[in-house]
Amino acid sequence: MATDIPNLFPALPEIFLALVAMALLMLGVFRKAESTRLVGHLGAAALVAAGALALAFGGLRTVTFGGLYITDAFAVFAKVLVFGASAVTLVLAVKWLEQENVQRYEYPILVLFAALGMGAMVSANDFLSLYVALETQSLSLYLIAAYQRDTVRSTEAGLKYFVLGALASGLFLYGASLIYGFAGSTNFDVLARGFVAGEPVSAGVVVGLVFIVCALAFKCSAVPFHMWTPDVYEGAPTPVTAFFSVAPKAAAIALFLRVMIAPFGDLLAQWQQVVVVIAVLSMLVGGLAAIVQTNIKRLMAYSSIGHVGYALIGLAVGTEEGVSAVLIYLSVYLFMNVGTFAAILSMRANGRMVEGVADLAGLSKTRPVMAAAVATMMFSMAGIPPFAGFFGKFFVFKAAVDAGLIGLAVVGVLTSVVAAFYYLRIVKVLYFDDPADQFEPMPPQAQLVLGITSVAVVVFFLFPLPQVVVAAGNAARALFGA
Amino acid sequence: MTDWPLLSLVTFLPLVGVAFILMIRGDEAVVVRNSRNVALLTSCATFVMSLFLWFGFQTGTAEFQFVEHAEWLPGTGISYRMGVDGISVLFVLLSTFLTPVCVLAGWTAITTRVKEYMIAFLVLETMMVGMFCALDFMLFYMFFEGVLVPMFILIGVWGGPRRIYAAFKFFLYTLAGSVLMLVALLAMYFQAGTTDIPTLLHHAFAPEVQTWLWLAMFASFAVKVPMWPVHTWLPDAHVEAPTAGSVILAGVLLKMGAYGFLRFSVPMLPQASADFTPLIYALSAVAVIYTSLVALVQEDMKKLIAYSSVAHMGFVTIGIFTMTAQGVTGALFQMLSHGVVAGALFLCVGVIYDRLHTREIARYGGLVHRMPKYAAVFMLFMMASVGLPGTSGFVGELLVILGAFQVNTVVAALAATGLILGAAYMLFLYRRVVFGKLDKEDVKTMQDITGREMAMFAPLVVVVLWMGLYPAPFLDIMAASVDNLIANFETARAVADAASAAVAMK
Repeated sequence: MATDIPNLFPALPEIFLALVAMALLMLGVFRKAESTRLVGHLGAAALVAAGALALAFGGLRTVTFGGLYITDAFAVFAKVLVFGASAVTLVLAVKWLEQENVQRYEYPILVLFAALGMGAMVSANDFLSLYVALETQSLSLYLIAAYQRDTVRSTEAGLKYFVLGALASGLFLYGASLIYGFAGSTNFDVLARGFVAGEPVSAGVVVGLVFIVCALAFKCSAVPFHMWTPDVYEGAPTPVTAFFSVAPKAAAIALFLRVMIAPFGDLLAQWQQVVVVIAVLSMLVGGLAAIVQTNIKRLMAYSSIGHVGYALIGLAVGTEEGVSAVLIYLSVYLFMNVGTFAAILSMRANGRMVEGVADLAGLSKTRPVMAAAVATMMFSMAGIPPFAGFFGKFFVFKAAVDAGLIGLAVVGVLTSVVAAFYYLRIVKVLYFDDPADQFEPMPPQAQLVLGITSVAVVVFFLFPLPQVVVAAGNAARALFGA
Repeated sequence: MTDWPLLSLVTFLPLVGVAFILMIRGDEAVVVRNSRNVALLTSCATFVMSLFLWFGFQTGTAEFQFVEHAEWLPGTGISYRMGVDGISVLFVLLSTFLTPVCVLAGWTAITTRVKEYMIAFLVLETMMVGMFCALDFMLFYMFFEGVLVPMFILIGVWGGPRRIYAAFKFFLYTLAGSVLMLVALLAMYFQAGTTDIPTLLHHAFAPEVQTWLWLAMFASFAVKVPMWPVHTWLPDAHVEAPTAGSVILAGVLLKMGAYGFLRFSVPMLPQASADFTPLIYALSAVAVIYTSLVALVQEDMKKLIAYSSVAHMGFVTIGIFTMTAQGVTGALFQMLSHGVVAGALFLCVGVIYDRLHTREIARYGGLVHRMPKYAAVFMLFMMASVGLPGTSGFVGELLVILGAFQVNTVVAALAATGLILGAAYMLFLYRRVVFGKLDKEDVKTMQDITGREMAMFAPLVVVVLWMGLYPAPFLDIMAASVDNLIANFETARAVADAASAAVAMK
């Protein structure tokens, strides 16, 4: 019967990705290692196409697969960010794999499967589909963290990530089962109907909710569930770190938003304080711990923890404005991080990669354009106007002030001053110190990415900020308008 | 002329120069020469452009003029809005006037990374001009903070031995203050639903909210002014910055804080401003007397002038918060005058620093024998700083003290004490550097000022004398806006008093 075939359109980008990934896997199997480059570029193209598919078919809110799967403006916004970031980091990675002579076609395939999982995550409308998506993503990520399997650091990173990630998945399942037991459903729509703002809710649901918050905080590396982040970021191969710091992070935060708002939006009073604490701790730890780091990847790990803290302010607010602010923050964050990692991936002196902050010394003399671009990224991350990073923070703080959480906004701005210190330290190393070893020329891909992102960060307030503000507003409305 | 977006042109013209400098190719010498020329031409062109503001400005109205408006962020009430009134227009001119002087000051003193230096200065000019023109709080904040970036680079790359410490201190101090203002900005935005400054000026904020908003803005502006006790970044930044950096720092950047008080704190939060006036008086009086005493014992010329800047800015804050026509006009005039005079004094220091590479007062002496022209120029600016009648310094200080005397004689007396101390440390400095025996070998070989340096000082000399002898054109521009500011302030106070009286009646 025709009615038995579910509507496939909401899942079109993910179905497309799955098919392409499997086809590319076949290609890789038959053509072996020399196909890495081809598979990588085709994979990136597929990601871009998947983003375009999401844009083209996902605008209207549609639920399918018996309520398990949803697409709406929010999912589209998140998918465009996630697929876009995955594509760019994949292109950067392919070049790096060639340089390091670790070309294996599995890498692009795993990135595609991870992206598939992420796309499904932000479209999940039920704890069951959410869990499947989350694990699809996580398993791929564990593998690529340990991708450089001959080095101790990489395998250690992969193992750590796997053990801790499995623990988080366990927390998540436990929380979901508690909620199922006490609220009677795993479906977000059904759950949302069952809760009424201001009415008492059973303790079992609240406990389950806290477990889920913990698991999601782990996935987006918010304090106090951040411990894996610096180790994994430092240990994983640099392109993997670049990928980790953007796409899964954006997907995890988008997921966090959907889970908290769609089914549990009416329980804001129950979870708000938990998220406030997580946000404040993330900002503090991200700011203070980064000060003493000498490894740039580790520093970026703490920086990303801090950024998650700022983004979570928007979630803690729990309003439509807050969600829209988080989405703006994420867009800005992706630009800044992709650009910064394009530069970090080009830190290669005397034929090998270097990772020390000190290795950047005097870059403004040896490679002035690269130094200017990196400095722009740092000022932007510190939230100095007119760079993009400022606007991300501006909207988040605005949402907090409008919701009366002025204390949270004040903590946010003050920790941003602390964070400014270590971003400035990098500018200082770039501009005020005497040159260290000269880097080898940047690969053209990295040049292109760094060039585009740094220009975007500078002119963000002209374009695309107005467009992003509108799109994020629509996405947030979709999440609340359920 | 009126349908030209004049303010945007003045603001963003320097960026066109930046684009040209970025396009310069060729060997090192060509790049250096061309970047200097492009920077000088651009800054001069910007100054010429800004002169249209001076001639086109309508005195006698407190309305914003040359207003421009464009959509920016749809649906948020934040838009691109520029305009000037009698309070801000002169600061636009001050900024565009000092920038070519600064470019000249770095002409030969800066030998490394000339291209980047000129770019930093032109970007800085855009930020400064934009800040004084912005009629949207958000836009204002962008420019206000944006200043930090080029200044950080200027101090850190071309500064003295402790430049890194000074650059970080400058950046983090000001940033910490500014971010609190950001929270205040957001709170005001939430209350009024817009960041449009003319609208905010007429929005009545609830009294209990005013206190917090005022304190948050105070944190930002007090650091920028700088007021005692948050002034400690200034001596460090001044001493380590290259000459032109000090000029722009003293000339324009310090005015941003006082401008903030006049544009935001006082008119938007009148009740809180009135409540906190004693605090401002106390801090300013301490600044005037304490930093003058500190200046007396300095061994480093730049540090001495830096402390004198803190003292002079103390006058400005006193003047603003007297809320009398004389006081506010005096404060504005003093800001302009200090902008030119302190800038010129740093240039004077720069001239001899370029020759002997030390700022230690004891290393000089008897300069008048070898450098008579220099001695004359230095004398003029020294006297202007002291407030000698006939120079610009006198007008501002007299008006401030007149205004202060009407509201609080003690504050007026303390401020006047500062004048005496000011005369003491400046004359002391002058005697030790310029007079005395010419007994140091290296000082004997110093050359008098060159043509380039003369070109740098000449406009400053003219302006200082003009402002001192015939201040009427400047005062006319300010008058209507200052009267309007005070009238609104009085009205708001009266309304608030009536409201609290009504509450007391019940």
